[in-house]
Amino acid sequence: MNPRPNAYVGAPIERVEDYRFLRGEGTYVADLARADSFHAVILRSPVAHGVIRRIDASEALGMLGVRAVITAAEIGERPKIPLRQTIIPEGEPYYQPVIATGHVRYVGEPIAVVVAQSAALAEDALEHIALEIDPLPVVAGTQAALADETLLFEASGTNKTVVFHARCGDADAAFATAPYVRRERFKIQRHTALPMEPRGLFAEWKDEAGQLIVWGAAKVPFFNRALLARMLGLDKAQVEMMEVDVGGGFGARGEFYPEDFLIPFAAFHVGGSVAWSEDRREHLIAMNHAREMEADVEIACASDGMVLGLRGNVDVDTGAYVRTNGFTPPRNVAQFMSGPYRVPNIHVSATVLVTNKTPAGTYRGPGRYESAFCFERLLDHAAADLGVDRAEIRRRNLVSEAEMPYPLAPMGHADNMTQTRCDGGAYAELMDNCLAAFGWEEKLALNGKLIDGRHHGIALGNYIEGGASGPSEAARMDLEADGSVSLYVGSSGLGQGVETILIQIAADALEIPMERLRIFHGSTTLVKQGYGSFHSRSTVMGGNAVVLAATALKDALRATAAARHGCAAEDVCVSDGLVHVPGRPALGFVAFGAERISVERDFFNTTLTYSYGAHAAHVAVDPKTGHVEVLDYLAVDDVGRVINPLTLHGQVIGALVQGLGSTFLEELRYDEDGQALTGSLADYLLPTASDFPHLRAHSLELRACPNNPLGVKGAGEGGLISVGGVIANAIAAAFPGLDLKPNQLPLSPERVWGLIAEAKASKKRAA
Amino acid sequence: MAVTLQVNGATRTLDVPPRMTLADALRTQLSLTGTHLGCEHGVCGACTVLVDGAAVRSCLMLTVQAEGSSVTTVEGLSLPEGLTPLQQSFKKHHALQCGFCTPGMITTAHALLTHEANADEARVREVISGNLCRCTGYVPIIEAILDARAAYGAGET
Amino acid sequence: MKLPAFDYVAPASLSEALAALRNNEDAKVLSGGQSLMPMLAFRLLAPKLLVDLRHIGGLSDILIDGMGVHLGARVRWCDILEDDRLATAQPLLRAAIGHVAHYQIRNRGTVGGSLAHADPAAELPAIAVACDAVVEIAAASGTRRVPARDFFTGPMSTGLAEDEIIFALHFPPWPEGRRWGFREFSRRSGDFALAGIGLFFDMADRRNANSHIAVFGVGDAAARLPEAEAALDGAVLDVAAIAARTAEVSGDIHASAAYRRALIETMTERALADALARRDH
Repeated sequence: MNPRPNAYVGAPIERVEDYRFLRGEGTYVADLARADSFHAVILRSPVAHGVIRRIDASEALGMLGVRAVITAAEIGERPKIPLRQTIIPEGEPYYQPVIATGHVRYVGEPIAVVVAQSAALAEDALEHIALEIDPLPVVAGTQAALADETLLFEASGTNKTVVFHARCGDADAAFATAPYVRRERFKIQRHTALPMEPRGLFAEWKDEAGQLIVWGAAKVPFFNRALLARMLGLDKAQVEMMEVDVGGGFGARGEFYPEDFLIPFAAFHVGGSVAWSEDRREHLIAMNHAREMEADVEIACASDGMVLGLRGNVDVDTGAYVRTNGFTPPRNVAQFMSGPYRVPNIHVSATVLVTNKTPAGTYRGPGRYESAFCFERLLDHAAADLGVDRAEIRRRNLVSEAEMPYPLAPMGHADNMTQTRCDGGAYAELMDNCLAAFGWEEKLALNGKLIDGRHHGIALGNYIEGGASGPSEAARMDLEADGSVSLYVGSSGLGQGVETILIQIAADALEIPMERLRIFHGSTTLVKQGYGSFHSRSTVMGGNAVVLAATALKDALRATAAARHGCAAEDVCVSDGLVHVPGRPALGFVAFGAERISVERDFFNTTLTYSYGAHAAHVAVDPKTGHVEVLDYLAVDDVGRVINPLTLHGQVIGALVQGLGSTFLEELRYDEDGQALTGSLADYLLPTASDFPHLRAHSLELRACPNNPLGVKGAGEGGLISVGGVIANAIAAAFPGLDLKPNQLPLSPERVWGLIAEAKASKKRAA
Repeated sequence: MAVTLQVNGATRTLDVPPRMTLADALRTQLSLTGTHLGCEHGVCGACTVLVDGAAVRSCLMLTVQAEGSSVTTVEGLSLPEGLTPLQQSFKKHHALQCGFCTPGMITTAHALLTHEANADEARVREVISGNLCRCTGYVPIIEAILDARAAYGAGET
Repeated sequence: MKLPAFDYVAPASLSEALAALRNNEDAKVLSGGQSLMPMLAFRLLAPKLLVDLRHIGGLSDILIDGMGVHLGARVRWCDILEDDRLATAQPLLRAAIGHVAHYQIRNRGTVGGSLAHADPAAELPAIAVACDAVVEIAAASGTRRVPARDFFTGPMSTGLAEDEIIFALHFPPWPEGRRWGFREFSRRSGDFALAGIGLFFDMADRRNANSHIAVFGVGDAAARLPEAEAALDGAVLDVAAIAARTAEVSGDIHASAAYRRALIETMTERALADALARRDH
């Protein structure tokens, strides 16, 4: 027996998920199709903006193995997909219909679904659908969108969907009197979460039972069930969403997409089961894009580097429609621009514009990666201009413990985070810890030096990471006949290790070995009302729900034992996995296995958690090619209480490499006609094993979260939040004699080479 | 077309259309769903299997091209129960998260270490650069493979 | 996507394969398939018949003799990398092939497939052009030999007729003491080059001679750079600048023309430095 308490929580427990994955025994949605299943493929718009004149599927319908071709005409009333997060009425005119009706607004928009006996036959038939689209002028970017000359939605009268405002103090007054002001433009490129498993669905309509079962649900199955049932005119109880293994989410997988209606509808339409697996080229034009924005922001400081104000606007290119979480990145980029820093006067707006590109949504650290890039660059500009050390300017401006809980700038639009506060932490202490572990003082000697043809630079940055979205999460525990416990949770697994984490917490709470627990997660059949996994919420919300359920199970065991042995429940003690009744030998849980004990509890919480951290990087830049090598990168964080250091470390390093991908490599390109130019993983450059070998991550437990029983904070996104800003600052720092402005991402070799050439030329001109 | 090949040690005869890739045949004809399709363009490496001992992308090979060959998938590299030293090393180092790229990592690493049990870190990184992973950042995968070298060197695989 | 439908044959001899190509419309040769399969998966091609060369004998040989190096069309990248004789018989080739794609691709991708695919950023065509290699082609009428520099006619296009099959690539002998360098720049390891340089020169009477410089990844096809070669023969210092200035360069979504010119200069400088550092060989 493990020593109690906390035998598992806090220990580097190897994951329970790994056994099946390592043996090739994971079950992903593409593994589910049966021999009698139909396969669907989707005809997508080849033009960015136009009016559909004709769809003729008669030839396709006559082809070998084709069962159906579904267009808007077959669907009848075409529902639109609403916001799931940051739900404000301004979004509604821009909602996406589940299938193109009349207009197409981006390359990749679904126009028809072909259902056939195999995917290959469906693709053969798809090539024989006659499609005529009259092209319209294309809104290829935010500048064209702002002009409002071509409108994506005539009825709305503008391409500007909404402007979010984060405001505190009086920014204009602060800027009017500040001794130092610097204004810069920043640009972040369109890229995407790109989980390794493409999306997929397997839907079955059971006519006799009047039931629709959808496998392949992820992230938010309960929300998606309610929405799908409503769209299909079914009762919620007629629809079940089943979660199988999910090959990565990162914010994008599991949101309600057009296909989440179309494939279940196809199953209903053909009266059987229909499988759909997304092709990777399709993925690059169909799944949520992210992060494309242009910021025009300025910082005001006192002469000692104390930040007085922050203001500006960010134009956000959200693509052709407002999707379920499309407003989350823009609201975040406004509210989190100040990050962990004390900024008394703020007015940052985010203008959300529709363009003829694939719609955008969240990607890990939504709005935070982008805003940290802008603000950390501004801080380094200010430090250089004012002659203040770059670590010192951050130390001075980080929110102190005495100021906690520290309110972030409130948002003008009402949502659940309108007013939110940093919940606590030792920000400056952590940064100093990071600098010491990084070897900042020693590496400063290399900063700006040219060594063997390469310029060396170092930089640092700080972030906060929000987590633990409410309103609640559910956990159920069933005591099985053999005395083991089955744990059913509303949290979803996306590959992050939620099974291991929640079993660790449950095993400690019940004081039983992990092996005595089995976990089932995600599916709508498991708990009454789950919420799922997003906004780094599963450890906090799911974990605390598990603790409540465990307490309830122990209570139920006490009550049952008391009734059986004629004593008071409070005299019964449950500890060490045993039930102790006064005057009797201790009983194992198995003694109560026949009692069918089942408890379900919800954990309610509306206070967000803010984990925090600091990053430091050392780069070497080859000025002749623009290639940047990351020689050292250290991420240090405090997530309150670490449940599993092994999986947390994995989350941080994984996020860090995603951040490096965002910063150096990844870009979804379009031409001026709105044609997508990035059609495969040979064009969309993900980091590979040889790109970033020198990465480190440490997690500290400086301050537990004050707002939940476990003391945990959401984690897993922080590893990427600072990366853009820190790397850009390190590149700038490598050239102290030049006014290098790496203010546009990605920092591809060509861009870095161009920046150096440009800065050298302007220096020559000045001389 | 009829195709006869060895799969994980057993002789199998399949009837497949010429256009069916080896990956699809393994997954749909033989229910060996451990071989994953991450791109079908030959870029991601998730579908890596061993053909006559060499790591290849099974989405870039027709089933009919495998006539007479010996194919080994992640299932074929697994024990009836328990984990091989390579799989154990992946678990120990937390070298997987969502598990989708993992079968391709295991098959590739197995091929590498079978031929080069002394591969150094640079070589391991170079070889694994043909397998994309979005979760781990590769750091623990490289550690796991390097750590598994001893077992291959000692012939314990 | 799934591949379009086609028929498949794997003939036992070159003559049967040639007949299959001749007697069928839209027939295409399948060698390693590492370039062809992705094009089929994108449905950029829809051949009616694939003619697989796998059962044809003698196509996988690497022969090295006084006449030079003979690579059969089905020689794979891994065969080249594992053949230690090539370290002296064709070191430039071996160095370049070390940059081709990734581990798994190198186990299937072949010499003939790469030549026929004719990607302007591919290494093998560049080395073939740099080294005056000759492509050996089988046709119904017999065999013909085409110098590599004439074989590649543009991006993804060659002088190969639809009913012909590449059966070998022949490199002339590599003299002892030849100095060489190979450099390419790509976004990630295994990616196609944004610019690359393969070069060599010999020493005659203590002077550079017989300089060969080929650039690839920057335009329609790999090409020699005669002015830069003349400069190198004449021991002129700014060989790299001449290379950058005289190369035919175009821009695309991967890199602008100006950036590619800068890369040509740097890759040439570095390849030359490598060549000089190998002075002892």
